[in-house]
Amino acid sequence: MKRREFLQYTGLTSSALMIPGFLKAFESSILENSGKRLVIVQLAGGNDGLNTCIPYQNDIYYSSRPKLAIAKNEILKLTDEFGFNPGMSGFRTLFNQGEMAVYHAVGYPNPDRSHFRSMDIWHTASNSDEYLNTGWLGRLLDANCPGSENPWFALEVDDTHSLSMKGQNQSGFAVKNAQRLKKTLNDPIFSELQPTVGLDSDNSEIGFLYKTLASTRTGAKYISEKASIKSLNSEYPMHEFGNSMKQIAEFVNNGIGSRIFYTGLSGFDTHVRQAETQQRLLKVVSDSINQFRNDLHASGNWKDTVVMVFSEFGRRVKQNGSNGTDHGTANQVYLIGGDIKNAGFRNEAANLSLLDDGDLIHQMDFRNIYATLLDKTIGFDSSKVLGRKFGNVDAL
Amino acid sequence: MTEKQKILHLIRRSGFGPSVKSTIKSNLNDQLELVFNSNNFYEEIFLQDEERVNSRELLRMTPEERKEIIQDLAANVKKLNLEWLKIMGKSEGQLREKMSLFWHGHFAVRVRGFAQVESYINTIRKYSLSNFGDLLMAVSKEPAMLRFLNNVQNRKNSPNENFAREVMELFTLGRGNYTENDIKEAAKAFTGWGIDDQDKFILKTNQHDYGEKTIFGKTGKWEGEDVIKMILEKKETARFITKKIYAFFVNREIDNQRVNELADYFYANKYDIPLLLKKIFSSEWFYAEEQMAAQIKSPVELIVGLNRAFGISYDNAQPLLALQRVLGQTLFFPPNVAGWAGGRNWIDNSTLITRMSLPGILADAGGIDISVKNNMDDENPNEVYEKKNNKQNFNCSFNWNLFSKQFNSKDNISLWQELATHLLASQKLPTMPEQFSETMISKREDLIKRMSLYLTQLPEFQLA
Repeated sequence: MKRREFLQYTGLTSSALMIPGFLKAFESSILENSGKRLVIVQLAGGNDGLNTCIPYQNDIYYSSRPKLAIAKNEILKLTDEFGFNPGMSGFRTLFNQGEMAVYHAVGYPNPDRSHFRSMDIWHTASNSDEYLNTGWLGRLLDANCPGSENPWFALEVDDTHSLSMKGQNQSGFAVKNAQRLKKTLNDPIFSELQPTVGLDSDNSEIGFLYKTLASTRTGAKYISEKASIKSLNSEYPMHEFGNSMKQIAEFVNNGIGSRIFYTGLSGFDTHVRQAETQQRLLKVVSDSINQFRNDLHASGNWKDTVVMVFSEFGRRVKQNGSNGTDHGTANQVYLIGGDIKNAGFRNEAANLSLLDDGDLIHQMDFRNIYATLLDKTIGFDSSKVLGRKFGNVDAL
Repeated sequence: MTEKQKILHLIRRSGFGPSVKSTIKSNLNDQLELVFNSNNFYEEIFLQDEERVNSRELLRMTPEERKEIIQDLAANVKKLNLEWLKIMGKSEGQLREKMSLFWHGHFAVRVRGFAQVESYINTIRKYSLSNFGDLLMAVSKEPAMLRFLNNVQNRKNSPNENFAREVMELFTLGRGNYTENDIKEAAKAFTGWGIDDQDKFILKTNQHDYGEKTIFGKTGKWEGEDVIKMILEKKETARFITKKIYAFFVNREIDNQRVNELADYFYANKYDIPLLLKKIFSSEWFYAEEQMAAQIKSPVELIVGLNRAFGISYDNAQPLLALQRVLGQTLFFPPNVAGWAGGRNWIDNSTLITRMSLPGILADAGGIDISVKNNMDDENPNEVYEKKNNKQNFNCSFNWNLFSKQFNSKDNISLWQELATHLLASQKLPTMPEQFSETMISKREDLIKRMSLYLTQLPEFQLA
């Protein structure tokens, strides 16, 4: 980007920006090759893993869920042992193409069954008895991961930020509707505002606010331009999540250069009449991600993309009295992409006859997966983000 | 720094900023006296006409009735939120409410039961300006606390250490000043601290461990109360609390020597909270330039500050709930037991834009079109906030008449400076934009209105 363009983007006068470091940061990395990208999909509410990826030969599964177990003939079979929920034909395609690795029973020690707390733990990558106030991706930004000086480095497709994306000094960029954000920023209160402090040298709180504002303007302008270059004609499920995945596909195909995308959907807290709700949502997730794959594959971007799908916990093995399931513990994590080194089922599933108070015992710490994504997909030393070294998993 | 700036600094830090309805003294000592004398009065928050259902009554109901009641109770927590927000704006006892907001973040709990939340916040408010020992003891016996930190499950034969751990780690000593064994043993002393079916504190003697425990190297048949006393005897507690109070009221950049001196003073004065605050607010360094505009207002401070500054009254305050959520701080819904992170953590591209747009939206009685994340605490997070087609607006009005009366400058430039000094904590005041120089001073109220809205939309207004 030329200096003049940058000044137009920000609406800042040149005198306000006689600060080489600050400018250079924006200019240099725009031309950079973006490398691999990570798309994170959160299934909020606690998705029932056992009815997602079903151990259809297991008698305990059927006896624990007399009304809720899915009949063998409806299951989309993958191996001799496991098959997908009937709504997940999109995922089956990805699985059969060798573009999906499935990790069973991912969780953490001393699981917390509160949505809020467990989501907190997944977002901050803390131990369950530890309270962190920054998210794991926020800390990646705080650690000055190369490229993170771009406001669009980590995008959350929503109006507000998840804790995952919040750092101490830097956060991801939340944008649900790029054009609307741009319009907001065209208001004179934003567009005509002159900083009262030098942006590069000033480490005060006011300097921080003006810097955030400047990067918001730059980001909004850049993102809205990238969003409007070319739109896709492909059809995604009629659902907010479908729209989000389509939006991300357009961003990627229009060359936005973001390394991280964050999105998700809620509704998985199925205490009552689970069957229809869950199947409908899983169909949305699975069809959207499959269409996303096809759009990125067509543009040659799929090989550099990894999608991670997770939920804050799974659900109890036994169904409850309302044809639903209550809060549980460990759950599957899915890694999907065009360059999955080892696809398929990568670890042992939890033993259904060896439960902890009716819940699955986790077989893998979720931070092993985070570490792999940081080390391999982002290319940044995960121990700097997670506080210590976690072994990598073999999918990437 | 002028006397006026010092006074305003004190008002911003000891409370929620200047109000159209309260007087500002002309010298600092008088203002200091006012800050401490206005807080004697304590009135509990009590929602009239709301049902309070205790556990015994809940158990007698059918599952359907229970479900319905529990939803009503969750809705009442929101009413309580708005009620406290209103009190923060109106109360003359600003220091009590500000200190209570601090303690709410310190003793952070998050429960659904309305009566429990009501009892918890009144205990916090009642003891917020007493001494820390009394506050700690009272909060530790609050049903909301015992429930949130699982002490109701802490029994002689199956101890639950959650409460014992957080009391030491987050509420008093801080990490590194106790051992894992201290926690194990302290948990025994707290066994049986529970809630009766009237939702009151009770020691369940059949679940309590009356045996010997060794805590901080001392062996005895310690009770929960003894543990709290032993914690208070440790100077690390004074240091931990003082440091946090300093970060909240003075500066997040800690001056260790200063904090150590203050902690000694706090400890020597038996954890007397008002004495510590008086010491801080009377110190010369409190008014040094480095403390000015050094704090990013929390969302609640921002909202209450605006309400006070302009005497905003609401016919419909409901959207303030969703606003708190969008900005990242909802009263009675702290993120976890460690409370709100604060500081720069409040700010990201989305919250900054909302914060800066807020004064204009309120002045136009408009709405904010932002969808709220489902955090699983309510059935429908968008019920009070809304989507495009049924956008719910703030129904509120500014008291421009009262606001304008506070200023007496005769020309535009000095009016600008007077307003900027009043509204902004920054030492460096923004220069007056061209657009305000031509306006005739005869349209005084209109000019004041436009200048003030401009000033409150600056990033500088986010600071205290």
